[in-house]
Amino acid sequence: MSKDDKNKVQTTGHEWDGIQELNNPLPRWWVWIFYACIVWGVGYMVAYPAIPLVNKATPGLLGFSTRANVAADIEKFKAMNGEIEAQLASADLTALEPGSDLYSFGMNYGNATFAAFCSQCHGSGAAGAKGYPNLLDNDWLWGGDIETIAYSIRHGVRNTEDEDNAHYSEMPAFGDDYLEDEDIANVVAYVMELSGLEGAEGDLEAGAVVFEENCASCHMEDGTGDRGQGAPNLTDAIWLYGSSAEEITHSVETGPFGVMPAWGLNASFVGGADEQTVTAKINAVALYVHQLGGGE
Amino acid sequence: MALIDKHAVLEKNATLLLIFSLLVVSIGGIVEIAPLFYLENTIEDVEGVRPYSPLELAGRNIYIREGCYVCHSQMIRPMRDEVERYGHYSLAAESQYDHPFQWGSKRTGPDLARVGGRYSDEWQVDHLMDPQSVVPESVMPKYAFLMKRDMTPDSSNSYIVDNMRVNRMVGVPYTDEQMEAAELDFWSQADPWGDFYEDADGDALLERYPGAQVRNFDGQPQVTEMDALVAYLQVLGTMVDFETFTPAPGR
Repeated sequence: MSKDDKNKVQTTGHEWDGIQELNNPLPRWWVWIFYACIVWGVGYMVAYPAIPLVNKATPGLLGFSTRANVAADIEKFKAMNGEIEAQLASADLTALEPGSDLYSFGMNYGNATFAAFCSQCHGSGAAGAKGYPNLLDNDWLWGGDIETIAYSIRHGVRNTEDEDNAHYSEMPAFGDDYLEDEDIANVVAYVMELSGLEGAEGDLEAGAVVFEENCASCHMEDGTGDRGQGAPNLTDAIWLYGSSAEEITHSVETGPFGVMPAWGLNASFVGGADEQTVTAKINAVALYVHQLGGGE
Repeated sequence: MALIDKHAVLEKNATLLLIFSLLVVSIGGIVEIAPLFYLENTIEDVEGVRPYSPLELAGRNIYIREGCYVCHSQMIRPMRDEVERYGHYSLAAESQYDHPFQWGSKRTGPDLARVGGRYSDEWQVDHLMDPQSVVPESVMPKYAFLMKRDMTPDSSNSYIVDNMRVNRMVGVPYTDEQMEAAELDFWSQADPWGDFYEDADGDALLERYPGAQVRNFDGQPQVTEMDALVAYLQVLGTMVDFETFTPAPGR
């Protein structure tokens, strides 16, 4: 106690069994920060939306609004890119000079857009996956010139959202009562023979007849396919749904029906954008995909 | 100092202290929470938002059961980069019928608030069965077993009518008609032309749940958990038409 007496520290007056509670003052720096916080809090309440009233809160003097902020931010970038974006949206894609500003803008824009929206199916390197076309090769289901690529991106394939414009075709599921198992085995053998694949067992001649009667109308008599119907070329080494006898048999039996969304349909689909931005993005992706290796 | 002296009563009576602390905390809570139920800008009504159809609701329950929310958020924040990548920022109204909401706070995978329509059903099924088959760099686990788990409206993995009743109890406006047709709607959404279930009627379902995605999602005749989950994923973020949406003034 003597030490406390010397320092003249007050006590709270509480005492329990001779033990007293000291009443040291709060450190001065702490007290001032405390007062400053109160002042700051009052200022914040005045400046920003704060006090709930009857049907809305006080708006605050600064007029802060999250939605207005994001709209302004989007607007700011639009003002920066708007001009070149408009050029890209109305550009003749076939006539773009590699090396020009517009071309490099389109390439970077296309690359970024591809990563965000296309890579999930076609792969981050555009090499595709089983059932999802590889965009690096020159085997195109619906056409590989830049205009067709842009069309495919805008309207998609076999989707219900853009039914009138999307690419459409339907391979019958030949396993459902169309063909006997034996016919399927034969035609699979014939198809594998067409592209020089080995491992199928079946009667090639009988297979040729089955092919002629059932497959040739879309895949053409020589098996080279028809892009008007998205019927793949069966004579090359590229197989979207696998090239083993088992996988080809599965394709013949069930009829693959790959769907791609219509990216141009709904502006909000690709980032809450307007029509010009959507067109620019589609053109950019078409430009990017076209130069990946297989563009025609 | 009279009031301060009275405070001594609280300090010396534990129960009384507890009661008064509770009172203080409650006032704080009421002041912060209650206005959210009546302020116009927090209860903004948006056209197009409807309760989940029975199959979508079943899918949502699987989403919750499998803990998808642990890695996927459903909340596009109002920032330019998020809007660029995921689409229009999320509105509160879009999760008004979610009990509980699935906003999440962790993105190991991407945000799913607007995943509806972004990928084909086939991709969703392939990706759920084996994510690495389509996205080799993905760390998502495989959910192939969903294909094998059949669902009926009253099986132990759905109890869909009871579930809708509970949702209705907490304020989801399911109509009497929707309640009565719940079992039928469950079948109809995955089999709109009645290929496997005689009474199935996709058009009637669409009238009750406008904008629902109606088709066989997983390609199998029976309705599985995969059907339900994909039906749910394909409706996420598609209810509001943002070409006609204008934010309420004052927001």
